Amino acid sequence: MTAELYGIAASDGIAIAKTYRLESPSLEFDKKSIDDPALEIERFHTAIAVSSEELELIKEQAETQIGPKEAAIFGAHLMVLSDPELIGPITEKIENDLVNAEFALHEVSDMFMNIFASMDNDYMKERAADIKDVRNRVLAHLLGVKFPNPGLISEKVILLADDLTPSDTVQFNPEFIQGFVTEIGGRTSHSAILARTLEIPAVVGVKKLMASLADEIMLIIDGIEGKIIADPTEEQIELYKKRKIDFEDRKTALAALKDAPSVSADGFKVELAANIGSPKDVKSALENGAEAIGLFRTEFLYMGRDSFPTEEQQYEIYSEVLKAMGDRPTVVRTLDIGGDKELSYLDLPKELNPFLGLRAIRLCLEMPDLFRTQLRALLRSSVHGNLKIMFPMIATLDEFRQAKQLFLEEQEKLSAENIPFNNNIEVGIMVEIPSTAVMADLFAKEVDFFSIGTNDLIQYTMAADRMNENVSHLYQPFNPAILRMVKMVIDAAHKEGKWAGMCGEMAGEELAVPILLGLGLDEFSMSASSILKTRSMISSLSKAEMEKYTDSILALATAEDVKNYVAKLVDK
Amino acid sequence: MTEKQFIITDEAGMHARPASALVGTVSKFKSDIQLEFKGKKVNLKSILGVMSLGISSGSVVTISADGEDEDEAMAKIEEAMKAEGISN
Repeated sequence: MTAELYGIAASDGIAIAKTYRLESPSLEFDKKSIDDPALEIERFHTAIAVSSEELELIKEQAETQIGPKEAAIFGAHLMVLSDPELIGPITEKIENDLVNAEFALHEVSDMFMNIFASMDNDYMKERAADIKDVRNRVLAHLLGVKFPNPGLISEKVILLADDLTPSDTVQFNPEFIQGFVTEIGGRTSHSAILARTLEIPAVVGVKKLMASLADEIMLIIDGIEGKIIADPTEEQIELYKKRKIDFEDRKTALAALKDAPSVSADGFKVELAANIGSPKDVKSALENGAEAIGLFRTEFLYMGRDSFPTEEQQYEIYSEVLKAMGDRPTVVRTLDIGGDKELSYLDLPKELNPFLGLRAIRLCLEMPDLFRTQLRALLRSSVHGNLKIMFPMIATLDEFRQAKQLFLEEQEKLSAENIPFNNNIEVGIMVEIPSTAVMADLFAKEVDFFSIGTNDLIQYTMAADRMNENVSHLYQPFNPAILRMVKMVIDAAHKEGKWAGMCGEMAGEELAVPILLGLGLDEFSMSASSILKTRSMISSLSKAEMEKYTDSILALATAEDVKNYVAKLVDK
Repeated sequence: MTEKQFIITDEAGMHARPASALVGTVSKFKSDIQLEFKGKKVNLKSILGVMSLGISSGSVVTISADGEDEDEAMAKIEEAMKAEGISN
């Protein structure tokens, strides 16, 4: 039966395909006595063999699509499947205790999981999850239930999931994934950002999604409206096929703007930049007409590993991006880890309030050696392009001064070693903490630029966790409090002859762009897929006219008022 | 039987990557190959066994091989240890 569900429009576009539910199946079973252990052991070996075949395939796919390093984990899983200390005791248990394979597998793997879980090293603790992953795969085959293998999808599907984790998404073949629909998440959740990077439609935050929709049914995603239609009628399919073509035509028209400058109707030039998370994203940034990288997140370098990346490894990655960008600026954000983003090899105490805890620049100043390695790698790479560096989560001028001091010390060391680097790298800060926005006039005398990180600035200003659905209504980019702060930062920068950019999701939002243009923002950094649309919009707006409305907008009382006001302006 | 001691120098100790490499190396041999650490012996052909010892950086481990291809096995183990940078 046709059903329509609504969520948050997370990534533009329309897709029509069969659903693929990505979920953990129920692996419940009963302990049973058996009479024929040989038969049971054979059943067990068959399940192991099928699981091995699957893992081999997944490993191959991961190797070609993501790289041998990321695929190594599946090699380790395969090794567990053939481990004599796992297989031996299980078959012995079946033989001696006359129990079913499911029970024997569960008991023996539990023993190993307990050993790992009780180790006093976080890295080893996490290995328990690897064993569980392997165990569940074999259990599923024993029980004859479907075990989701996103890496093995080989037909066009729309993924349905509670939420998508980075470990799910590393396995995808983007060729077959037509779109995502998830039950949790917002516009800035991992799955939403990934969908925009892959340029496939996504609707997130669809309540009761998994309870409502079955596997392998036809589904339409409308990522523009934030709507999904299950079991659509023939008419609906025809309608959306047409809309899909319209959407793609519009996209082609925008593509013509790829090499055009970003200039308002009255000739004011801004810079439109892309946010990237790894060197892989540079291609899409350039294809979408990015004039710069406004935010290069460096966390990925530190994640999914067993130890800190070396200076050399970092140098390679930074150089790769800088070379690809050539003369175009690349703003690298130094490590923003800690709090909710954990590293298995970095043992940090659990915090009650990770977002208000030891993270980003705070952690880097606490662990200067870690920070120095990154600064040194960045400095060395600076000869390959147009590098700018910014520090995240700066709350006080002291923090900036300390970080800058470390930067200068590393410069001196390199000079002494006769290692070349660019002497004129701009060093700026992220403005994402209200204290820094308020003090922007004093910061502006010392930093080379500001980049306003709206995602965090909004959540810290409104004291509302953007991932918490109960308070997400308070996550208000258009709240006049936020806009006033943005104005303070831009004005402070300009007074000192510096530039101000924005690298949050807000920089690419349809209703925010006119306001930001009026406020005089110099650089807009966003998901690559939003750049062309924004360029087209800016070309139709007059900066002088938007500037006239700025005071009236900042005098409005609520976020709703602001949105309505701007919507009317844009419509005119 | 042949036996040899190694000092684990990798900062992260015996983590998954080197452990897999080592297990992968020895699995090809017929000999019975054991790793001893702090008085506990495990089968070096078992990744779970090796990892369950939680061998940290600076630890001394003893590896023994017993069987027809024990010498060749030990040579390959030394090679793998060096190639993975966990011991020198």
